[in-house]
Amino acid sequence: MAWTSDQPIISLKDVHKSFGNTEVLRGITMDVRKGEVVCIIGPSGSGKSTLIRCINALNDIQSGSISVEGQEVSDPKLDKLELRKKVGMVFQQYNLFPHKTALQNVMMAPIKVLKQDRKAVEERARALLKKVRLEGKEDSFPGELSGGQQQRVAIARSLAMNPDVMLFDEVTAALDPETVKEVLQTIKTLASEGMTCILVTHEMGFAREIADCVYFTDKGVIVESGPPATFFDQAKDPRTREFLSQIL
Amino acid sequence: MLYPTRPTVPVKGHLPVLLPMRSTGEPLPLTDRVFNLWTAALLFVACAVALVTPALAQQDGESQRSIIEILLEWTPTIGSGFAFNVLISICSMAVGTVLGVGLGILQVSPLRFVRQVSWAITQFFRNSPWLVLLFYCILLIPFQIEIFGTEVPFPGWIKAVLGLSLPVMAYMSEYVRGAIMSIPEGQWESAESLGFNRAQTMREIILPQTVKRILPSWMNLYAVLTMATPLVSIVGVNDVMALTRAALSAEGRVDLLIPMYLYILCWFFIYCYPISAFTRRLERKFSVQL
Repeated sequence: MAWTSDQPIISLKDVHKSFGNTEVLRGITMDVRKGEVVCIIGPSGSGKSTLIRCINALNDIQSGSISVEGQEVSDPKLDKLELRKKVGMVFQQYNLFPHKTALQNVMMAPIKVLKQDRKAVEERARALLKKVRLEGKEDSFPGELSGGQQQRVAIARSLAMNPDVMLFDEVTAALDPETVKEVLQTIKTLASEGMTCILVTHEMGFAREIADCVYFTDKGVIVESGPPATFFDQAKDPRTREFLSQIL
Repeated sequence: MLYPTRPTVPVKGHLPVLLPMRSTGEPLPLTDRVFNLWTAALLFVACAVALVTPALAQQDGESQRSIIEILLEWTPTIGSGFAFNVLISICSMAVGTVLGVGLGILQVSPLRFVRQVSWAITQFFRNSPWLVLLFYCILLIPFQIEIFGTEVPFPGWIKAVLGLSLPVMAYMSEYVRGAIMSIPEGQWESAESLGFNRAQTMREIILPQTVKRILPSWMNLYAVLTMATPLVSIVGVNDVMALTRAALSAEGRVDLLIPMYLYILCWFFIYCYPISAFTRRLERKFSVQL
């Protein structure tokens, strides 16, 4: 079945995931359309991070189905490289390669994995670093950059693979408050350019501002979802209301 | 005081290893003040003088040459023997390092069977006496092998190199395994999410980061290996020890024994001390600042 862009780019159906005896995801169903910006919020331990790690096949699932552009992620015959080309991921701890400069970090995957021409890749990498406003930091090592700068290099590194979807796993949680803004600004630019984004975040103001749809997860299930205006102001479920009242 | 904030009662999380070894303002600990390069050199010269003087005093009459004279006479021979020891140590280190890195990578293989076999090989050679391994190699490997009809001789020193490279391989394997395991999981995950496969991740991302962690242990291992090379004289290789024995029997003087062997010790000390001193510096440089 060929995937067309009017179908959901990511589709989860009744996804279950356990670590040992602990069931982390207990039947998650959600659809994300192309160009949509989705924020997943919820208390810690509610399975938010696991959820997006499953989309990227970093974690496998026990039952249910996840498809990305019509490709089944839990298929054992899955071409993981094809999936990774479509889905970019940014982590809470940046996970930059400390032995490579910012520019090399961005260039590495396209050259080594996609076997693209070095010159063309370098040109694109420099443009990407400029886009995340890190001009002049090309030759800095991750250890010489601030957390916010490192995170923006990590975003550029993911973008260098030309993904169709970007996953952000609590990307501002490890940052100083003053550097959070610069990273959020970068994500906002991406979203406004039509990139499909799934964010796990604790930044409620930011979620409200950029999300097309907000999901609230608790204990491995989606409790409530909706566009931010209705979600934040007229939450129906008592658990959502309680969570929001503690946070806002 | 070495641990200024150490609680009198053990408290969870107050591990001595997590505390600073010394605070910046305090003077160096006694050990560092006493055992630096200069005192080591001084101590060494003092020992040498203490050992050589009685030997010198034993000389009787002018018919015999002085011990210093004899030592200088034999220096080219001893030097060439020592150079052979260095050659053996470098070759063993090279072979052992290459094999050890391979074995270390296999020790973290995703395949259980491969992991277990490489673990067993590592443990076997790491816990075997070096001399016994050396004997095994000397006795098991033939004098020459036939390759495509031509006889390729297999001299004793090459067998000795192989024998010494086995323990080096085993130690290296453990260093590599430990260093790979110490790389944060996030490095593997981000590489995976960028589409790197396992081999690419290992080659491009993980192994380059292990080099700094392995280097101090690797250099230390080399110093230990060099000091173990005189073992090869036991299995019939003409190294510095064998040549020294030959020189001693040629001179036939009992009073020469102690100065001669002390002279050999000097050669090893002068070669190995800078290596271990440099290793200590590297260790300090790469140590984690808590």
